[in-house]
Amino acid sequence: MSLDEFFVTGDPLILASQIAIGLTMIGLIALITYLKRWKWLWNEWFTTVDHKKIGIMYIISGVLMFFRGGVDGLLMKAQTSRPELEFLDAQHYDEIFTTHGVIMILFMAMPLLIGLMNVVIPLQIGARDVAFPKLNALSFWLFFAGAMLFNVSFVIGGSPDAGWTSYFPLAGKEFTPGVGNNYYAIALQIAGIGTLATGINFVVTIIKMRAPGMTWMRLPIFVWSTFITSIIIVAAFPIFTVALAYMTLDRLFGTHFFTVANGGDPMLWLNLFWLWGHPEVYIVVLPAFGMFSEVIATFARKNLYGYKSMVYAVAGIAFLSMLVWVHHFYTMGNSAAVNSIFSLTTMMIAIPTGVKIFNWLFTLRKGRIEFSTAMLWSLAFIPCFTIGGVTGVMLAMAAADYQYHNTMFLVAHFHYVLIPGVVFAVFAGLYYWWPKMFGFKLNEKIGKWHFWLFVIGFNMTFMPMFFVGLDGMSRRMYTYSASTGWAGWLGFSAIGSIILAAGFAALCYNIYWSFRYASRDVGNDPWNGRTLEWATASPAPHYNFAKVPEVDRLDAYWYMKKEGNTGLKKSDLKPVHMPSNSWTPIFLAVVFGVVGFFLVFEWFTLAILASIGIVVGLVANSFDYDDGYHISVEELADEEREWRGDLQ
Amino acid sequence: MTSHANNMPLEYKTQQSQMNILGFWVFLGAEIVLFSTLFASYFVLEHNTAGGPTGQDIFILKDVLIETFLLLTSSFTCGLAIHSMRSHHKTGLMVWTIVTLLLGAGFLYMEINEFIHYVHEGASIQTSGFTAAFFTLLGTHGAHVTFGIFWISLLLIQLARRGITEKTASKFFIASLYWHFLDVVWIFIFTFVYLKGMVM
Repeated sequence: MSLDEFFVTGDPLILASQIAIGLTMIGLIALITYLKRWKWLWNEWFTTVDHKKIGIMYIISGVLMFFRGGVDGLLMKAQTSRPELEFLDAQHYDEIFTTHGVIMILFMAMPLLIGLMNVVIPLQIGARDVAFPKLNALSFWLFFAGAMLFNVSFVIGGSPDAGWTSYFPLAGKEFTPGVGNNYYAIALQIAGIGTLATGINFVVTIIKMRAPGMTWMRLPIFVWSTFITSIIIVAAFPIFTVALAYMTLDRLFGTHFFTVANGGDPMLWLNLFWLWGHPEVYIVVLPAFGMFSEVIATFARKNLYGYKSMVYAVAGIAFLSMLVWVHHFYTMGNSAAVNSIFSLTTMMIAIPTGVKIFNWLFTLRKGRIEFSTAMLWSLAFIPCFTIGGVTGVMLAMAAADYQYHNTMFLVAHFHYVLIPGVVFAVFAGLYYWWPKMFGFKLNEKIGKWHFWLFVIGFNMTFMPMFFVGLDGMSRRMYTYSASTGWAGWLGFSAIGSIILAAGFAALCYNIYWSFRYASRDVGNDPWNGRTLEWATASPAPHYNFAKVPEVDRLDAYWYMKKEGNTGLKKSDLKPVHMPSNSWTPIFLAVVFGVVGFFLVFEWFTLAILASIGIVVGLVANSFDYDDGYHISVEELADEEREWRGDLQ
Repeated sequence: MTSHANNMPLEYKTQQSQMNILGFWVFLGAEIVLFSTLFASYFVLEHNTAGGPTGQDIFILKDVLIETFLLLTSSFTCGLAIHSMRSHHKTGLMVWTIVTLLLGAGFLYMEINEFIHYVHEGASIQTSGFTAAFFTLLGTHGAHVTFGIFWISLLLIQLARRGITEKTASKFFIASLYWHFLDVVWIFIFTFVYLKGMVM
């Protein structure tokens, strides 16, 4: 393979990115060296096993990936803003919608949600960390290695271009030669292993590490939704693991799982993909529902309406999520009976979801609502998401779906589900829990700019897609003729996407502004919260709680405050056991990334040689008998005095 | 962080060990989904032989039976190993674990020979949808056995150095769960791949 095959060449946009990436890398390395920060980075971040720091790293990665996926989206909007534009060619457009989809779902939504879960869940259940802190670090670094491997594709070797669903036979070697789709198969596999480990970690954490007295029906609702999400991860991700392994075998080793010839079956890919892919939608949306519930209850100053029905609704949605996958391909030759069954199960999901919507509305009813930025996102979520939900019921009707299938109507629908459902929730969660992570609030005034720009831009961008979709525009069309009459709608949509981007820029500016100027005097409980994470300092100390709180009812912290029961006696303190940092997670992830890269290019000898690193990492891990360390009572007391004043 | 329950077996003594064991059970749940997917795909593809050999053409039931006996026996000796561990019998744990691994290695030897035989018969992984699904299902199981042999060998070194402690005990217990699980998967392979393949 010659060098100009290795690097992607011949496109000015990509050339500019290559130069920009190169310069950024050199600049970053130079800056860290100049500031003498390498040791600090290694000790405080790269080898950390602290759930809060891991969560923050997830969030930073998620925001970066949001930028990358967002640029992809803007490029698509620019290309379709006028008829017959020559800005992108068909091949380039295919690559961009593929990476946009993969990055937004797997490398933006997932890490942002898992990041917030990491930061918040141990604090909400009164735990010192997750059950397996080292495994948690490995999860993060594997996700990061997968994300980097996937992103490198557009400058080295070429991007995948068969859609984020990568349907066979198109995604097979025969119709998509080149290494692009190898990146898809291998990068997602590496990230997926990390996600599976996260799922296992949170299941055990929530079962085993709840504070004394925190029975199942006293769990904060975000913990419930995370618990059920983790179960879906454990149940669904192995299916994707197998599907991606088959894809890898087909593409790299010439097997016939999904090919048309030699007894393969392309429909097997579709079924496996959506058996994972549909639950995946709920993996991203259920934690988001949990965050909205926390934010709405806090800022309506009421306990959550219908707590138990919320829990049952989440469990019901999780159960049904496994039974609807065929609705993604009603038009691909199923019998009428099969389509009818999946039509029914799909529509049944509207029932528990409706329960949740009404619970949120009843929580708001007669509440003393405070319109903080976090609350605004939650309020905007309800109507926007309902539009997504109602159009989902339209799509669920198999007979009608023959009209909508693979049109822009579908694209509009899932953006109306995922953006209000997930992105709004992440924003709400970021504004809400920011003080707990960093010890200062994000600016509320810039936050309102962020909110209004984003929400208006979002509706302007995606609402027109419903109309052109109903008018017959299919998805993934890189251009169209003026005679279709879509130019007005799509031009309007393109303008909306610029406003949407301005909203995102406002968030970035807000982070910068607040980091420099915001007041550091926010106290431990800036929002008058209801759950345990507000019972400890902001930012949360590395040991989380000097003394694990005892819980005697739902919204425990709210009642502790009412009863003046939030003090700390020095005599109650005991030494706290903490896990030690570890180099094995980041080491293993780097090796996985390197092995993955060699596999993408089918350099098998190099891949086998690099795999020795995996063995080294695993052996080192097996022989690691480090027991962690203890924080003494004196140290605890000193740190607690800093924010509490004197101890009792 | 010693648990209050003092009558618990050694491997359950600390909170961390309890969580490790529960976490491994959850992981085995994920493994069940993984193998279920491999089985389901095999059932979809098993008749897509594309003119290549069918299962009936190539399976040799005698060899498969020997493999089955080797692996089932290894599960039994693995149980004996844990039994020795419970009675703090270090040598017993050591010996029965080594016997388990040897039986596992014997199983692997038979299986590799079986695969070589199939390739000579013209059924390689690239031949058809059937062979792809067959080799991947069997190969994933075989890779698990291989991984287990290496992993448990590392545990034996730790046992020799440290003796039966709360930590080594929970490690051996978890490894035994893994080993029994592979046995369960094999029973399904034996039944639904080989026996079903011979009759249907």
